[in-house]
Amino acid sequence: MANFSKSNVPQFSVDVYQNEYLPEDGREVNAIVTVTATGGGTVGTAVTAPHLYAPGRGPSAAVAIMVDCSGSMDYPPAKMRNARDATAAAVDTLRDGTHFAVIGGTHVAKEVYPGGGRLAVADATTREQAKQALRRLSAGGGTAIGTWLRLADRLLSSAEAGIRHGILLTDGRNEHESPQDLKAALDDCAGRFTCDARGVGTDWEVKEVTGIASALLGTADIVADPTGLAADFTQMMETAMGKEVADVALRLWTPVGTTIKFVKQVAPTVEQLTDRRTEAGPRAGDYPTGSWGDESRDYHVCVEVPVASVGQEMLAARVSLVIPQPDGTVQNLGAQGLVRAVWTDDMAASTSINPQVAHYTGQAELAQVIQQGLDLRKSGDMDGATAKLGRAVQLASVSGNADTAKLLAKVVDVVDATTGTVRLKAKVAEADEMTLETRSTKTVRVKK
Amino acid sequence: MSQMPRQAALPTCPSCAEPLDAGDRYCGACGFDLSVVPRRTDDHPTLAMNGMAAPAAPAAPEALAAWATPAAAPHTGAPTPVRAPGVDADTSVPPTAGVRFDRPAEPEEYPLQAPDPRVAAEAGAVKVCVACRAGRVDDDGYCENCGHAQPRERDHMELESGPVAAVSDRGLRHHRNEDSFSLGRATLPDGSPALVAVVCDGVSSATRPDDASMAAARAAGESLLAALPQGAHPQAAMHEAIVAASHAVNALAGEPATAREHAPHQNSPACTLVGTVVTPGLLVVGWVGDSRAYWVPADRATPPARLTEDDSWAAQMVAAGLMSEAEAYADERAHAITGWLGADAYELEPHTASFKPDRPGVVVVCTDGLWNYAEAAEEMAEVVPLDAAVRPLHCAQVLVGHALDGGGHDNVTVAVVPFPAPPQGAGNA
Repeated sequence: MANFSKSNVPQFSVDVYQNEYLPEDGREVNAIVTVTATGGGTVGTAVTAPHLYAPGRGPSAAVAIMVDCSGSMDYPPAKMRNARDATAAAVDTLRDGTHFAVIGGTHVAKEVYPGGGRLAVADATTREQAKQALRRLSAGGGTAIGTWLRLADRLLSSAEAGIRHGILLTDGRNEHESPQDLKAALDDCAGRFTCDARGVGTDWEVKEVTGIASALLGTADIVADPTGLAADFTQMMETAMGKEVADVALRLWTPVGTTIKFVKQVAPTVEQLTDRRTEAGPRAGDYPTGSWGDESRDYHVCVEVPVASVGQEMLAARVSLVIPQPDGTVQNLGAQGLVRAVWTDDMAASTSINPQVAHYTGQAELAQVIQQGLDLRKSGDMDGATAKLGRAVQLASVSGNADTAKLLAKVVDVVDATTGTVRLKAKVAEADEMTLETRSTKTVRVKK
Repeated sequence: MSQMPRQAALPTCPSCAEPLDAGDRYCGACGFDLSVVPRRTDDHPTLAMNGMAAPAAPAAPEALAAWATPAAAPHTGAPTPVRAPGVDADTSVPPTAGVRFDRPAEPEEYPLQAPDPRVAAEAGAVKVCVACRAGRVDDDGYCENCGHAQPRERDHMELESGPVAAVSDRGLRHHRNEDSFSLGRATLPDGSPALVAVVCDGVSSATRPDDASMAAARAAGESLLAALPQGAHPQAAMHEAIVAASHAVNALAGEPATAREHAPHQNSPACTLVGTVVTPGLLVVGWVGDSRAYWVPADRATPPARLTEDDSWAAQMVAAGLMSEAEAYADERAHAITGWLGADAYELEPHTASFKPDRPGVVVVCTDGLWNYAEAAEEMAEVVPLDAAVRPLHCAQVLVGHALDGGGHDNVTVAVVPFPAPPQGAGNA
């Protein structure tokens, strides 16, 4: 079991990797911003995050587990049994004192445990009661995920918890409400709690599950074989219990005259953040990053600056981390990074591409061409799909993304990875294709 | 009287650098509202130094600053004198404190030592961006509005130490000044004076060149000033100083790079060095790299001379007889240096030479930012003012100005040292 005894508050540090040199008419500034949160004891530029909880205790957390109980969960019956076992394993992983609830989801959402519109507090007794309640879970009904999320939101907000997290398991399509209903539910829940989403089996819609995780700043994955659920749930809950600070936002300040072309998370997964900006004072905006434990994430920031003459230098962006407070103010986490622009007539300096920027540009393209390739394949454009997936194989090989390369090899026959020459496999297991699609946004970090 | 300008003559528009006429209230070229540039009016040297500020006041009583004419002002005693809108005189600035040396001001009229740039910084309680004039300057030295980097202390440095002086400038094409220098005076055991000047040029392709040049100049200067009073021979002292500078630069290689420096390729900080020691009878130079020292005699009828031999590709080609000087310097590899201070230098070869000039003159110690615009000794001598030995700071300013007029493609640093070293105290007056 994970070690939850760590009592130190996390410290954040920001590192910027860029080639700040621009040619005379250069306007585009690219930078990779690495944000690292570590436990106590770190020295250097790291800054101690504010105390969100008393020393010696973990942060107050509330977790809602949403288990699909639709009729399809009984085919095969092992699926329901595995879901029950996985939920029990997740409950066992709860740290004492954590608020939690279990929700059974069909075309409506039902409180399985503790009920009465409240959360239980984890201890030996409540864990046992929860597991007893799980035995009564049975399959039957439809699927309306929006209702599950809304109930989770209601329950999670009933406790004063620093970390609010959901775990959602589904095995089928969201058939009993309109996509708009789900979208509205996601919009309402965004920023209120984070949520990991899992699809079990192969009858669910990849874009629905990844969309939920993306909107609620969690992870998405496939559990093709239901027997793998317990391990996956335990791991997810351990990660959730490791979170120490919630609602962290990446604040980007840019000077007058600049345009932000995009902001995206590029590691551990590709996640577009550009449109999720909330204005935060003059020329500053916040991009949500969710909750943080001991971890490190990379962001790609691309800014267009006004032209300037050779010899000029300017600050193109200032990156900091903040926690917005309910009263409208923010708590600044202290750490910051500077993205600079320096105009030079030294061609060698201005034409070189920063290795980090190059690497993540490739990783983002990799995620994109996999998605495009699979879409083309579904729509019957085999030539287009071959070209896109061939490029994906090439990119995965060059960047050393071995996991993605392995997944690609189950969908295409690789003739030559370096040139990206591939043949589409005549028969592809549905689980393999869905796995590739779900995990297409996973990136690897740059080789040092 | 009413013709007196309300705006105390800004020389050029702060927005577009168009030359202005006295009395202009808007820039003729870009329409910049000059009335929003208040501080310049207070601290412009023309007014601050010769007392012109006070007589100007009665001509434009609505523009009175509280400190300017407390006795002459009709509002004496009024806590807040009426001011013209937009004319925001800073009452916290004493009249003599605001001399600015953003650019070398006309030194002919103000033979004063360059003020500490920090004085000017403190004068403005809130620093306003020099680029957009709208934003405040943050702690990192960037504008909070337009993001432009602000002039740094090292962008333009002037120093006069008795009879020696030096000026260093960022130039017009580089974003920071990677040159550095140090000056000093020592007394030899026999009581005679010795003048010391060291100039260093950071290697741009290396990491942290600005730190390298500063460390080298400082270490060499300190080494010389410690050794000379002990009776060390100036030439031996110069050799040791170069070795000390080399150790100082090597030590930088071990330090972690600053947070702002994530160069695509990290390598050892490196710089060139040229230094001179002048005593009443001896002129010693020492160098590594392509920074130079020139001899310019006071009597211009006699020939000037270059005292150093570059550690550069071009110099090696010429020395080996493979190319003519003109051909070699026209080559794009001309400036590739073959010797430098830094942990990655092949082998440190400090060059030293000593001369016994039979007539007075000055030693011009400079980086290639200057000699690119006056390569031959004769060209250099033409630029050096005739009174260089008497007014070394002025001479250094003129030489830097020459490089900037030529295009200022590199950082420019010049130190001017008179020969023979005048007796102690003579240059102090």
